[in-house]
Amino acid sequence: RRVHGLEHQNVAGIVESLKVVTYEKSLRIAKFAFDYAKSHGRSRVTAIHKANIMKLGDGLFLETCREVSKSYPEIEFDSMIVDNCAMQLVAHPEQFDVMLTPNLYGNVIVAMLCGLTGGPGLTPSYNLGHHYTLFETATRNSGKSLVGQNVANPIAYVRAAADLLKHLKLTEHSNLINKAIFKVIADDRVRTRDVGGTDTTQEVVNAIIFAMDKELHAIAASKSVHSTRL
Amino acid sequence: MSFVRVGVSDLLRRSGMMRNAASMRTTYMKRRCSTTATIPITMIPGDGVGPELMTSVKDVFRGTGIPVHFEEVHISELSSHSASLDDVINSLNNNKVCLKGPLSYPTHASEIESLNMKLRRSLDLFANVVICKSIEGIETRHPNVDIIVIREQTEGEYSALEHECVPGVVESLKIITSQRSRRIAKFAFDFALRHGRRRVTAVHKANIMKLTDGLFLECAAEMAEMYPEIEFNSMIVDNTCMQLVAHPHQFDVLLTPNLYGNVVDNVAAGLVGGAGVVPGESYGEEFAVFEPGARHVYSTATGRNIANPTGMLLSAVSCLKHVGLKTEAQRLATAIANVISERRIRTQDLGGQSTTKDFTKAIIAAFLALPSPT
Repeated sequence: RRVHGLEHQNVAGIVESLKVVTYEKSLRIAKFAFDYAKSHGRSRVTAIHKANIMKLGDGLFLETCREVSKSYPEIEFDSMIVDNCAMQLVAHPEQFDVMLTPNLYGNVIVAMLCGLTGGPGLTPSYNLGHHYTLFETATRNSGKSLVGQNVANPIAYVRAAADLLKHLKLTEHSNLINKAIFKVIADDRVRTRDVGGTDTTQEVVNAIIFAMDKELHAIAASKSVHSTRL
Repeated sequence: MSFVRVGVSDLLRRSGMMRNAASMRTTYMKRRCSTTATIPITMIPGDGVGPELMTSVKDVFRGTGIPVHFEEVHISELSSHSASLDDVINSLNNNKVCLKGPLSYPTHASEIESLNMKLRRSLDLFANVVICKSIEGIETRHPNVDIIVIREQTEGEYSALEHECVPGVVESLKIITSQRSRRIAKFAFDFALRHGRRRVTAVHKANIMKLTDGLFLECAAEMAEMYPEIEFNSMIVDNTCMQLVAHPHQFDVLLTPNLYGNVVDNVAAGLVGGAGVVPGESYGEEFAVFEPGARHVYSTATGRNIANPTGMLLSAVSCLKHVGLKTEAQRLATAIANVISERRIRTQDLGGQSTTKDFTKAIIAAFLALPSPT
C-alpha cells in the first residue's frame, strides 16, 4: 500500500488521490480576494470552478465565494466554469478583472495569463500567510536549461523584489525600481531572448541600474532647482 | 478501408485488455457497410443551442440528399419529460453511432454524477478526440494550428465520488487506474499512427500528484515503447497551457487524463476560433459519439438563431466518414470550407451578422454547387 500525501494505492493498478476542500479555507481566500479587490479599486471578482462535475467539492468553494460576496455589495461577483474560462482567456482575456480560484485551476490560469502577457520571465507574484510573505515569480519555472548562460530574464525577480520593498513600506524605492524596469523594457527595449531581444541577463540588469541612476539625478536636479528658486 | 495494423491483437492480449482480441469491435475500425437505403444514426439534440444546431444538421442532410436518417432521443437533465438512459442505450445498440448536442446540468442536482458522465460510463466512451485545426477564413492570433487532444473521459477527477465527512470539509476522489491509462495511451498512439502524426505529448501534474498522474505517465511511457516510430514526450499541465497560448506550433497530439483534457481542449479550441467551430468525437469499444469539441450549451443564445453550427456540422462530417459515407463527408467538408473561406456569411461568434439559418442555407448551396463526383 503506497501512500504519498493524500494519495494511496490500495490495489495494484488503482490509485486514489484526495482533493480536499474546506469551508474554512474557502472562506479565507474568498474574503482575501474581495478585500484585495476593494483596496486596489477593482470592480469584479470571478470565481472559477468545476462545480457541475465536482458538485460537493467545488460546489462548497463556489457557495462560500457567493456567501462572502454578499458582504461586498460594491464589488460585482460572478462565476465561470474552468474550461470555458480557459477558452475565454485565449480569445477575450480583457473581460476578466479579479479571478478567485482553488489551487489547481489557479495554477493553470496563472500559467496561461503569463503566456498571454509575455511569458514566465516577466511576471512576479507573492504568497501571503498570517505570519509570512513570500515573493517569487508567477510561474515558478526553475529554468534548468538556462543555468549559467546569462540569458535568463531577470525582470520577474526584480519586480518581485520591488513588490517586497513595497510590502515593507519602502514605497519610494519600489517605485523607482518599477519605473526603471518599464523604461528599460518599453523605451530602451533592452530585452532578453524570451521576449524577443538579444541582450544578456547582465545587460538588462545594468540597464535597470542605469535608468535608476538617471532618475535619481533627475530628482536631485529638480530639487536643487526648487531650492535655488526659493 | 483502413485497418488497425497487424500485431495489435498481440499487444492487446499482452496488455491484458481484451479477453478475445479476435472479436474486437472497436469503433475506430471501419464499420461494416450498411446495405439499407439510408443509414440510421442516433441523435441526441441536447440542451441550450443543441436543438437548433441539430436542426441545421438535419436541414443540410435533407437539402443535400445525404442518405442518413436520425433516430432522435431527447434525453436531458433539465426536462421532466426526458428520455431515459436505457432509451439511449437501446437506440445505440441498434445504430452504434450517435450525433450529440451539449447537455446542461440543473442548478440543484439530485445526484452527484452528471448525465454526461453517466452516458460516457455506461457506453464506455473512454476516448474523446478533439481536432483543433485552423480554418481558412477564420483569423486567429496563431495561424496554422493543428493539434489533436485525446482525453480519457471515464475516470480521473470525474469519478463522482465525493463526500462531506465532517461539516465544512469535502473530499473528492480522483481515481486513476493502470488499465484505463494504458487503454487511452494505446488509443492515442494508434490514432497518431493512423493519421500520420509524429509526436504524442502526455499532459500531467505528476510532480504534485505523484501516484495518480505518475501512474498515468508511466502507462503512457510504457505504451510509447511499442510505437518507436512515434516520438513521445510529456509536459506539466500548467506549462502546457502557457505554451499553447504562446507557442502552439510545438504540439501535435496531446494525451491527457480527464480534467486536464477538458481544460486543454478548450484552450486549443480557443486558438482556432472557439466552441462554435471545433468538432469532437468520442469512442468506446462498441460505440462512437460525435459532438462539438468544446461542449458548451451557450444557453444565452438559445432560440435566437445566432449560434454557429460549424462545429456540429464538422462533427457530422466525421460521423459520415465513420459510417462509410466518405464521398458525402468530403463534399460536405469542402462546402463548409468554401463558405467559411469566402468570409461572406458568418455568425456572430466570428464577428459576422449572419444567422444560424443563413449559414445553413449557404452550406447547402455550396454543397449543391460542387461538381458532382464521377
